[in-house]
Amino acid sequence: MSASIDIQHLVKRFGDFTAVDDVSFGVQSGEVLGFLGPNGAGKSTTMRMITGFIAPTGGKVAVCGHDIATDAIAAKRAIGYLPEGAPTYPDMTPAGLMRFVGQIRGFGGAELGRRVDAAGEKANLRSVLNQRIETLSKGYKRRLGLALAILHDPAVLIMDEPTDGLDPNQKHEVRELIQEMAADKVIVLSTHILEEVHAVCSRAIVIARGKIVADGTPSELEARSRYHNAVSLSVGAASASAAGGALAGLANVFEVEALESADGRARFRVFPRDGQSIVDDVGQLAREQQWEVAELHVEQGRLDEVFRDITARGEGGAA
Amino acid sequence: MRPTMVVFRRELAGYFTTPVAYVFICVFLLLSGVLTFYFGGFLERGQADLRPFFSFHPWLYLFLIPAISMRLWAEERRAGTIELLFTLPITMTQAVLGKFLAAWCFTGIALALTFPLWITVNILGEPDNGVILASYVGSLLMAGGYLAIGSCISSLTRNQVIAFVMSLFVSFGFLASGFPPVLDVFKSWAPAPLLEAVATMSFLTHFDAVSKGVIDARDLFFFASLIAFWLFANALALDLRKAD
Repeated sequence: MSASIDIQHLVKRFGDFTAVDDVSFGVQSGEVLGFLGPNGAGKSTTMRMITGFIAPTGGKVAVCGHDIATDAIAAKRAIGYLPEGAPTYPDMTPAGLMRFVGQIRGFGGAELGRRVDAAGEKANLRSVLNQRIETLSKGYKRRLGLALAILHDPAVLIMDEPTDGLDPNQKHEVRELIQEMAADKVIVLSTHILEEVHAVCSRAIVIARGKIVADGTPSELEARSRYHNAVSLSVGAASASAAGGALAGLANVFEVEALESADGRARFRVFPRDGQSIVDDVGQLAREQQWEVAELHVEQGRLDEVFRDITARGEGGAA
Repeated sequence: MRPTMVVFRRELAGYFTTPVAYVFICVFLLLSGVLTFYFGGFLERGQADLRPFFSFHPWLYLFLIPAISMRLWAEERRAGTIELLFTLPITMTQAVLGKFLAAWCFTGIALALTFPLWITVNILGEPDNGVILASYVGSLLMAGGYLAIGSCISSLTRNQVIAFVMSLFVSFGFLASGFPPVLDVFKSWAPAPLLEAVATMSFLTHFDAVSKGVIDARDLFFFASLIAFWLFANALALDLRKAD
């Protein structure tokens, strides 16, 4: 059976508070799903239900065809999980803890040693394998959590903020590791860092107040931004006054924003109507008017803006 | 049951990688020595048996066992490792049993290290070693009872101090259940059969019987079912609120 997660109408209530509210989605082998949302949106709660740590109030979760409620052990065998904060036993050593997890997962003898070595290698833990975990830095603890999750080469890998607390180099390493493993696995990761979605995810789900508010590829999400296909250009001071009006006069232009200018040039950001491509129109206008163009580029769209826009909706725009 | 053994080994080794094991064993041996010789009148009695030694065990365990059991689950909760543990392919029963057995085995090691006392009494006189063996078995079973109570209570909180104090309180209830402080609480309202049932829960009464060398199936059954009951409650409590 190929790797998959299937989630149907998942609900979790804590007393009166609905943390996860009728969430359904499926993830297939080869997908890297980024789980985005503000703090307290229900990301961790959803992950905890997928991994069988907490029982849902309603709905179903199947991991590689195994229902987490009725066939928990089989489902948990298929899952590698890095919980939020990467909890580890402080009195143990990374090598000891990896052996412990490996043994519970049924490995022994030479196979266990081989797995522990490989996971330690992948997570870059060689230099600290026999130090007590409580003496390790946050970055090492996080990488140890990652090593524990990938020890058994799981079909489904679920990571709650895998790069939190890592320095930029370590973040880069972890993202490379995720990309290496992505081909034949289901990977779900939660993050606050939007650039991470670009770097590793093939798909992003945005969750707010327990509900899915967006689901698509990172580019599709960016296309929702008003910056998508906007054109930035800067022209010489001589043509500055004329340029603003001329740009606003183009057929597909929605709005022209004058940006602060430096070194005597005038800078504009030109927003298209309905996200259409306007770079050709702007270029042609500049040639016709013989502006002295110092810079011209197309914006991709801004995930952070889309994120803020769709997660703040329903809060009166206050957030 | 393989995961049970894996948890058991990790937990037992865990006691010895920290000073916990050594501090506990030293204090246990010192206290039991002091109580036996100074308060139990071990030498003055002029009898070749270990009654003075064993008679203090219910009280010694009352304070020392909660110190062992308090961290069993409260620590997992506090450190968040409970999430790591229960997302591994291990059942609740396996995890609860593994931890309990490790703690029990550790208590057994501490108890076994009192063997110099047994040697001493054999040098000084000719004790009934059958009675002594029965007492050791009874003491170990009673320790298991205290541990099961403590393990269950530890699973209800992430605060080890609360776990310690509450375990001590509940254990005291069981220790003294045949005696006025506990019986008086029930006397005013409980029907006679319940009162009688409470009275038969006393650790003191059951342990006293065993440590006289009378191994009665009922006493063994009492401790065994007590352990089973509290471990079942432990698993249930974890299942219901492990993420809180």
